[in-house]
Amino acid sequence: MTTLTIEAREVRRRERLETIEKSLDRRHAKERRFRRMGLAAVTTGMVLVVILFSSILMRGLPAFWQATFYLDIHFDPEVVQVEARPVQEAGERAADFRDRDLAWQSQVGLVNWQQLIDDALEAELGEEIEARQTRDLRALVTSGERRALRDRFIDDPSLLGETKRLKLLASANVDVWIKGNIDRDLPDAQQQLSAQTREWADALHERGVIRNAFSTALFLNPDSRSSLASAGLAGAFMGSLFMMLIVIVLSVPIGVASAVYLEEFAPKNRLTDLIEININNLAAVPSIVFGLLGAAIFIGYLRLPLSAPLVGGLVLTLMTLPTIIIATRASLRSIPPSIRQAALGIGASRIQTVFHHVLPLALPGILTGSILGVAQALGETAPLLLIGMNAFVSNVPGSPLDQATALPVQIYLWQGNELRNFFEARTSAAIIVLLALMLSLNALAIWLRKKFETRW
Amino acid sequence: MPELPPSLLSLDRPGSALSNSTGPIIDFAPDASCLDVEGLSLAYGGKPALRDLTLRVPRQRVTAFIGPSGCGKSTLLRALNRLHDLDETVSRQGSIRLEGQEIHAPEVAVDELRRRVGMVFQAPNPFPMSIYENVAFGLRLQGGMSRRRMNDIVEWALEAAALWGEVKDRLRASAWSLSIGQQQRLVIARTLAVRPEVLLLDEPASALDPISTLKIEELIRSLKSQLTLVLVTHNMQQAARVSDYTAFLHDGELVEYAPTASLFTNPRLARTENYITGRMA
Ligand SMILES: Nc1ncnc2c1ncn2[C@@H]1O[C@H](COP(=O)(O)OP(=O)(O)OP(=O)(O)O)[C@@H](O)[C@H]1O
Ligand SMILES: [Mg+2]
Repeated sequence: MTTLTIEAREVRRRERLETIEKSLDRRHAKERRFRRMGLAAVTTGMVLVVILFSSILMRGLPAFWQATFYLDIHFDPEVVQVEARPVQEAGERAADFRDRDLAWQSQVGLVNWQQLIDDALEAELGEEIEARQTRDLRALVTSGERRALRDRFIDDPSLLGETKRLKLLASANVDVWIKGNIDRDLPDAQQQLSAQTREWADALHERGVIRNAFSTALFLNPDSRSSLASAGLAGAFMGSLFMMLIVIVLSVPIGVASAVYLEEFAPKNRLTDLIEININNLAAVPSIVFGLLGAAIFIGYLRLPLSAPLVGGLVLTLMTLPTIIIATRASLRSIPPSIRQAALGIGASRIQTVFHHVLPLALPGILTGSILGVAQALGETAPLLLIGMNAFVSNVPGSPLDQATALPVQIYLWQGNELRNFFEARTSAAIIVLLALMLSLNALAIWLRKKFETRW
Repeated sequence: MPELPPSLLSLDRPGSALSNSTGPIIDFAPDASCLDVEGLSLAYGGKPALRDLTLRVPRQRVTAFIGPSGCGKSTLLRALNRLHDLDETVSRQGSIRLEGQEIHAPEVAVDELRRRVGMVFQAPNPFPMSIYENVAFGLRLQGGMSRRRMNDIVEWALEAAALWGEVKDRLRASAWSLSIGQQQRLVIARTLAVRPEVLLLDEPASALDPISTLKIEELIRSLKSQLTLVLVTHNMQQAARVSDYTAFLHDGELVEYAPTASLFTNPRLARTENYITGRMA
């Protein structure tokens, strides 16, 4: 009987081992399956990111180089008929002098600067331009360049009578034509440039008068509708910058302070529960709702100016606050309680515990959360549309109260421009600038995180 | 059954039979008590963890709290320096007096109380700072101390915690670079640096290797001449080796409290005997 039991036991043991082995196979297969699925998911994600980025780069990068004329501009005294710039005389009041100077400047503004460009082109082309061809000739250089010539002269009146080699932006249509962004075989009726202009452009391109040069206009100019080729991002960039500053200055201190108070000092009761629920809900509110709120409160009630970065910054602050509060609370909560107990245990007050021990340890998390919140605000478009920041603004804002737009809004505006052939690339270029800004912010977040983490 | 050191076995036993009566048996009347716990009840969100506990902790002695897991030893220890204050779910009745003064009285500053009643936890919890800064931290909190004096106190505290020899050349190194046993002694030094009157130790050696454990035990014995120590331990030999008095707690109640020698050699209650002989978890 004993032997039987032993045998029976042995059989049972073997069966048991078999089941374990089988289940082991099953578990391993499960793990392999899961790994493959994970790998597939990651690969899909990576492929999509690569496609996205490369398509944006491929479309946007060419826009950083623009068809540009290299022309010898002669500041012909016949055309530029102005007196010498006034100098302040002894005993003259500053206001009087300014008035005289302004009068001189408006006189300069009346000069037919286009004539200088026309003359230079005519010289390059080496042919007599008839009056009926003026239109075709003027389609070559973008119209903003005559104002650029004027400004250059105001800065340096000694140019009078001189000849100077200058870079002038080609018009948007010439840029499109030179880059081959339009089908060259389209019939005349569907071409944006006249046959004559196209012929000239090709000739000048061949002779190196028109070259593809790096476009500083894209970075230095504000948006423009009259001279599309000189439309740039400077206005939108400054608008975004002002808003970022406002968001950082307001939302980071307020958000971190509220989170620290709620997490470390506030009593846990109905009221704080309610606040917590509300903060979590606010984080999920669609951003456009914040725009509505901002329009109602800041513009409707407080009468702040429309389209101002100040209002945009305030709206984005409201939007960013919940994100920062939640991130800060999460990182405060992740500090092991032993640190708190240790500090309290040797007689630190609650404030001392929080500020000496908990906050420094939570800092990397807080910084990351804050920067990601700010980066998110930087890319936000919808709420800005509701407070008038999609207005066309042709100046670079000098203060948060000036009219301005923002980078993502500028992208949206350019995307809607009718001159698709030109603005498609420019839109992508603007996206590249925005992405570069975002990536730098994220890199900053990572760097800060590393810097504060590796202390011990 | 843990073996008792001969010194304990040689003590004479008061010849009383084991009894099964309930209610605490308290077999000592220390002349100088440091902490007086009276009628202390404590509950976590309505769930009682301590029930009407009364006991006195003698000054400049080592008192051990023993009892099965979950019986409330840590809870009692934390009550002694009001670490429960931060937890709003905790409700408490009864009083605790430190040197005759009620610690829950409104005029008592809780941070000063925690300085006077220091606490060392099961897992060493040094701050993420240098060894020196860890010990100096409590002094810095108080402020107004010269650099020299601070150096002296840090050295004294590390010396007292039997760590000075091992760290004197690397005071600026991170505290986290120390071994776990050294970290625990560092934590004790940090607590000693602010000159507490009472030192509460919650299973201070349970995460340590035997040699570090011995060092901590030696340390506890040597500190007794300067302050009052309360030790929570699951290790009966340890309680027997280092403590003068032992309290056996069970289910939030004080069961038996007596000089260590008599509690281990001649427990009055069957429950106590069962526990110390390992018949009850
Ligand atoms: N923060 C807390 N919240 C709720 N209940 C708690 C809390 N801390 C302890 N308790 C409960 O109180 C009782 C006593 O716990 P305590 O930690 O004091 O036991 P202990 O004797 O120290 O046990 P151990 O020896 O395992 O450390 C247990 O039932 C435990 O579950
Ligand atoms: Mg415990």
